[in-house]
Amino acid sequence: MAYIHLTEGLPGIRALFDFRPETAKPLCALADVLLHQSNSLSRADRELIATYVSSLNDCYYCQTAHGAIAAHHLNGNENLVVQVKRDFTAAPISDKLKALLAIARKVQTSGKQVTTEDVETARRQGASDVEIHDTVLIAAAFCMYNRYVDGLGTWAPEALESYKPRAAVVAEGGYNRIPSDVRAHAQSSTGSTSHTR
Amino acid sequence: MPHITLTEGAPGILGPMLFRPETAKPLNELAESLLRGPNSLSQGERELIATYVSSQNDCFFCQTIHGAVAAHHLQGNETLVAETKRAPENASISAKLKALLAIAAKVQGGGKHVKPDDIERARQQGATDLEIHDTVLIAAAFCMYNRYVDGLATWAPHDPNVYRQQGARLATEGYIGSTERQRADSAAQTV
Repeated sequence: MAYIHLTEGLPGIRALFDFRPETAKPLCALADVLLHQSNSLSRADRELIATYVSSLNDCYYCQTAHGAIAAHHLNGNENLVVQVKRDFTAAPISDKLKALLAIARKVQTSGKQVTTEDVETARRQGASDVEIHDTVLIAAAFCMYNRYVDGLGTWAPEALESYKPRAAVVAEGGYNRIPSDVRAHAQSSTGSTSHTR
Repeated sequence: MPHITLTEGAPGILGPMLFRPETAKPLNELAESLLRGPNSLSQGERELIATYVSSQNDCFFCQTIHGAVAAHHLQGNETLVAETKRAPENASISAKLKALLAIAAKVQGGGKHVKPDDIERARQQGATDLEIHDTVLIAAAFCMYNRYVDGLATWAPHDPNVYRQQGARLATEGYIGSTERQRADSAAQTV
């Protein structure tokens, strides 16, 4: 159970969006620009970066939710998501995405770990300044979202199947609708709250 | 040299924010809400949490600029900022803020490092659900801002007076619009 009083039945970060709408709005707006709005990197590529960083941070909710969104964009290829998390260097993805994932891995440890060589390698595979910028910020942002979700002890459903319906909605409609979706859920659940531990 | 081409002379996070205004907007709105929105924690306390986490992440720009914002809110008390960064348990701050900084330190290591005992200690010092929430999110957010600033190898000025001046401006004018102010400054410098 969570460390603070949250609406029951809302998983992971959704319960926190409901608890604090003031911060939910910019947090969802940031995710929408980074992961959903138009970009030379595909939505699948960007969701794979988010999923990979979340798995390095051992955040079950984020890696499962974003893994399901990535799989949705990959025509249901859950196996590829698993391969990227386990060893992206051996996964059937582009060399450019491999170079960007290598940068993301450095960012997960610390910003200072990223070297000129890491960036040069990505450039040689055709990565642009915006793609390098967005990779660094996606990785950094998931170091925030992951800590937020786990630092407050939120609840996460275990079964991957339960993530798929929400993943499909976000994959198609983006992140900016989430605050109103959680509001609707909280209002329909007649104000029941979970106990804190 | 930054890893990507950024506006010359734009300090720290302002370089990438000028480069990508689409992400600068929610990043500034988040900082505004967390550090300056209505809250039972003072702006000085919240800036101290941001400064402390940035120093744990060894991010020179963020710890120096937010340390300057904190000092502005604390009547210029830069010593208190330095004490808090060095050893928060011995600093001249409230027992509640010490407990919140201990939570922030755990978040910096990883979300799962926060334990029920850490929360209990903060509650015993009077911390509310909202204060605990905001402490965790401030700490988490600075784990993002710090990685963003250092992961792109941005440039940071070294003159403390630059930070005092910009810190005072952020403390009084806020984070919303800070990117636009920098854009105007950069344009003025190139004329």
